[in-house]
Amino acid sequence: MNVMDTRATSAMLYLDGVHVSFDGFHAINNLSLTLAPGEMRAIIGPNGAGKTTMMDIITGKTKPDEGTVLFDGTVDLTRLDETRIAELGIGRKFQKPTVFESQTVQDNLLLALNVDHSVRGTLFWRGSKAESERIDKVLETIRLTDARNRLAGSLSHGQKQWLEIGMLLAQDPKVLLVDEPVAGMTDVETHLTAELLKQINKNHTIMVVEHDMTFVRELGVKVTCLHEGSVLAEGTIDQVSANERVVEVYLGR
Amino acid sequence: MTPHILTRSLDRAAATFILIVAALGILIPLSNLLLPQGSMFQVPTYLVALWGKYVCYAILALSIDLIWGYCGILSLGHGAFFALGGYAMGMYLMRQIGSRGVYGNPLLPDFMVFLNYPKLPWYWHGFDMFWFAALMVLLAPGLLAFCFGWLAFRSRVTGVYLSIITQAMTYALLLAFFRNDFGFGGNNGLTDFKDILGFNVQAEGTRCALFLLSCLALIIAFVICRAVVSSKLGKVLIAVRDAESRTRFLGYRVETYKLFVFTLSACMAGVAGALYVPQVGIINPSEFAPGNSIEAVIWVAVGGRGTLIGAALGAVVVNYAKTYFTSGPLAPYWLFMLGAMFILVTLLLPKGIIGTFNSWRDKQRSAAIEADKESAAREDGIGEPNPAE
Amino acid sequence: MFANCIDRFRALFLSILLLSCFVLPAMAGPFEDSVAKFANDEFSDTEDAVGEIASSGNPLASPIISALQDGRLSADPDSKKVFITQPDGKIIDAATGAAVDKLPDNAAAVRLNNRLRRTVDAAVGGLTLMSSDPAKRLSAAQSVLKSHEESMLPTVDSALAKETNKSTRQALAEGRAAIILFKSDASDSDKLDAVAVIKARGDQEALALLTSLDAGQPPLVAKAAASAISSIQSNLALWSTVQNAWYGLSLGSVLLLAAIGLAITFGVMGVINMAHGEMVMLGAYTTFAVQEVIRTSYPGLFDYSLLIALPLAFLVAGGIGVLIERSIIRFLYGRPLETLLATWGLSLVLQQAVRTLFGPTNREVGNPSWMSGAFEVGQITITYNRLWIFCFTLAVFAILLAMLRYTALGLEMRAVTQNRRMAASMGIATSRVDALTFGLGSGIAGIAGVALSQIDNVSPNLGQSYIIDSFMVVVFGGVGNLWGTLVGAFTLGIANKFLEPVAGAVLGKIAILVLIILFIQKRPRGLFALKGRAVEA
Repeated sequence: MNVMDTRATSAMLYLDGVHVSFDGFHAINNLSLTLAPGEMRAIIGPNGAGKTTMMDIITGKTKPDEGTVLFDGTVDLTRLDETRIAELGIGRKFQKPTVFESQTVQDNLLLALNVDHSVRGTLFWRGSKAESERIDKVLETIRLTDARNRLAGSLSHGQKQWLEIGMLLAQDPKVLLVDEPVAGMTDVETHLTAELLKQINKNHTIMVVEHDMTFVRELGVKVTCLHEGSVLAEGTIDQVSANERVVEVYLGR
Repeated sequence: MTPHILTRSLDRAAATFILIVAALGILIPLSNLLLPQGSMFQVPTYLVALWGKYVCYAILALSIDLIWGYCGILSLGHGAFFALGGYAMGMYLMRQIGSRGVYGNPLLPDFMVFLNYPKLPWYWHGFDMFWFAALMVLLAPGLLAFCFGWLAFRSRVTGVYLSIITQAMTYALLLAFFRNDFGFGGNNGLTDFKDILGFNVQAEGTRCALFLLSCLALIIAFVICRAVVSSKLGKVLIAVRDAESRTRFLGYRVETYKLFVFTLSACMAGVAGALYVPQVGIINPSEFAPGNSIEAVIWVAVGGRGTLIGAALGAVVVNYAKTYFTSGPLAPYWLFMLGAMFILVTLLLPKGIIGTFNSWRDKQRSAAIEADKESAAREDGIGEPNPAE
Repeated sequence: MFANCIDRFRALFLSILLLSCFVLPAMAGPFEDSVAKFANDEFSDTEDAVGEIASSGNPLASPIISALQDGRLSADPDSKKVFITQPDGKIIDAATGAAVDKLPDNAAAVRLNNRLRRTVDAAVGGLTLMSSDPAKRLSAAQSVLKSHEESMLPTVDSALAKETNKSTRQALAEGRAAIILFKSDASDSDKLDAVAVIKARGDQEALALLTSLDAGQPPLVAKAAASAISSIQSNLALWSTVQNAWYGLSLGSVLLLAAIGLAITFGVMGVINMAHGEMVMLGAYTTFAVQEVIRTSYPGLFDYSLLIALPLAFLVAGGIGVLIERSIIRFLYGRPLETLLATWGLSLVLQQAVRTLFGPTNREVGNPSWMSGAFEVGQITITYNRLWIFCFTLAVFAILLAMLRYTALGLEMRAVTQNRRMAASMGIATSRVDALTFGLGSGIAGIAGVALSQIDNVSPNLGQSYIIDSFMVVVFGGVGNLWGTLVGAFTLGIANKFLEPVAGAVLGKIAILVLIILFIQKRPRGLFALKGRAVEA
């Protein structure tokens, strides 16, 4: 039934009645959320609201105890593992920037390209012009062209954040899950990141988790506030920040 | 399809290494066979066999480095694959004895006559043919590694857990091969070999040929490893080593990669074992002892984890030291030294000899590069191998 | 029934008395006459002599019969004198007990045939049945069951009439039942009673007795015997299960003792300590050293040696543990594989050090008196040392559990186990917790060594034999939960002991290893794994 309904609404991501508990602690509690194709959504919420766990569920790292998670209206994500979900076209940027530190910036992007990921394909791989052009383009977008041969481990924190976004671009997924992209960035970098995401949003669906309200405001998209594992409020940033319950949750009772 | 892999994999250090091994592989046998005995430059036969042993250890070290250094899989049971390859070769050599055994049975090896075996166990059939034994040298360790890896990697057993169950694996095999009714000669193992491919295993010529073959095998193993680590596959392996979960989220099937490289590595260890057995003249269950596998890991650590040349060098250096110290008055202190080596290398020299040298050289180089940064940036293309050292 | 038996015994006794009074030529006295019969070298005379001497009540009767049994009785056919060669080589005259310098030249050993041998055995049994020593009476009564010699019946009956000791009475009744069971002319009802008595005994011997019963039994008896056999068999199967379970619990307690320290260090610090086995070994050598000092200086304290060794072993192993943590392991945090290698190196050094100090061979560690011996429960035997180790393990486990729950260090350790970073940011000095944890884990390994010195060889390789098993326990039970270690240890111990009779010791062990390797595929983090986002994937 659900499958039919979502197809009718043609949601890109569809979560319904999702529950997860760790040893009796309810990390996600009856969470329901839909993301339309081409949409950019900002997720806010205090620590422990279940934001990262929700991303873990969508990307297959954590299996929900119950509930429906559908991708593209048809694919049941709860049955698939991380690799399969990534292959389907869901990319993820982690809260703590995770790049391959002992490899160069361009190798990081090369690894992220959505080309043949089989053992045989990588063993007999030889670079093509199309691939290096794509990498060049991504490098330009994330402003790391000069650092292409530096080891990723030697980048600054903000550069690592961008490299990880660049890896998402190279991966070219249908949906991007971006966890705290501007943590530790300067104001200028934050502004540039917002511009970057808006640019990416032109042909990708994006879900951004962020604490930085200025950044969220700058994105200017629909906001969902999570609290104790379920949706507390949804709407524009002004609507949500005017919501009494949200203020209560953020400021404490 | 393949040449570009080869050309990409051979940088200057690799080429130098291959040349040195090839030169040793040719010169040592030549000096043994051509120079008169007692001459200053003549290498005695026992040394040829001893160095042949070191070369086999170097292959084993390469196989461990391939998975540990590049993929982060610390196997504490690689001695099991080495021993399995050795047993496959040993079974061939046993069958070659034929009726020249103590009991003179044309079909059954001596230990089977002694233990009252009515007939040859089914798994001993075919080992009278060299090609079959050679196939088994690759298949036996390869299959075990494949099955073991398939189970372990699929359920994401990683880190120390994996190390411990590989140790349990070799321990279980140790217990099994000690049993007389397991059909591999029990405690005594397989020994008293006579011929290999019709040549007397004790003869100088055979020893020299085996040494040359071992060097050749080392070169081939090295080239294979280089080809793997300098391909994009190598980059994926390093990605798995450094951030396994991240690699998965990029859409790589991590377990398949691990399984591939683990099985490849096990086959290499098996070949090392097969070359080792005719040169030392015996294979027995003690090769399965967990301690042996861990010792092999320290060779890699000493030489430099994640540097193939370092692994091979480490195997030779540590084993040379072992031979030197255990045959002298310092013998009772060898275990102190070995133990201290484990501790000191992990504490003070985590990159090993070659790794430390490389990072020192890189520091020198980057100072030079600072000077003309731009030209370097222009020259490096995308297909360029990332020097993993 | 008893009266009947006593009557029969009286009749036999009288007839023997009569025989000795009238039929035999009178020489010096009835006893001497009986003894002289041995010199006739006739089996029938020897048999008579045995019967007469056994019932004579003479203090020499017992030495004579047992000498005959052992072939130490010799007779001179000329002088009709009979001699006993004592076990210590001295020779005495059998009739008088007077010492003799040497055997006469033509004295020959009194010969026996199989039939006679049975009579002699029975006579020995009969003599000891009347012994004043209750322990001797009991063992004699028990031997009746094995021999079930028909001729013993009167003696058994008379002994039964006099016997006051409960367990000896029981044994006599069972022996009597065995005799009746094999007596061809016993009545069916007597035999049925006998079967019931044997069935009630219900052990391996009873089973052997019933199965060796020949086919020519009356149908009623045969049926009763068959049902008794099957009931004993199922009873024995039950007991052997209980026995295996006990062996399993005992092995499990040893594994738990060896693994529990490892579980703590691995759980709290994520450190695999390959030298853990050597800590166990150090504990065992501490016990050895303590016993050496006691042996040479204070022999009276031997029974307390383990109590003295326990705190010492804890301090020695724990101290070395803290030293190792401070000097090596703390530099390797976050690099678990390197820690594994370094501690392996350490284990080589420690082994070699002990080998150099104490020699490579096994050292003798004695059991105090309260740990020696065994007792029986139903059909199984439990040795005191295993029982003590079992109790000791549970005590250590309970203390450790209480320590984790109720002390400040325990609270800090639990916090670090669950989330190291969080604990650190809450102001817990994680490095102090690490050092103490490592010391605690090592110290427990040390006291495990004290216990293991009681059941295993104390050699430099002692630790090596436990390390893989201990790892299996930890891996199986899961990290960060002591109950997991407990369940893991006992599961593996019991599984091992139940597989052993089926597959043999080595194959059983291999099977366990393979099963664990398969198990870890299903539950990569063990039985009791921590969950949640803090757990690294």
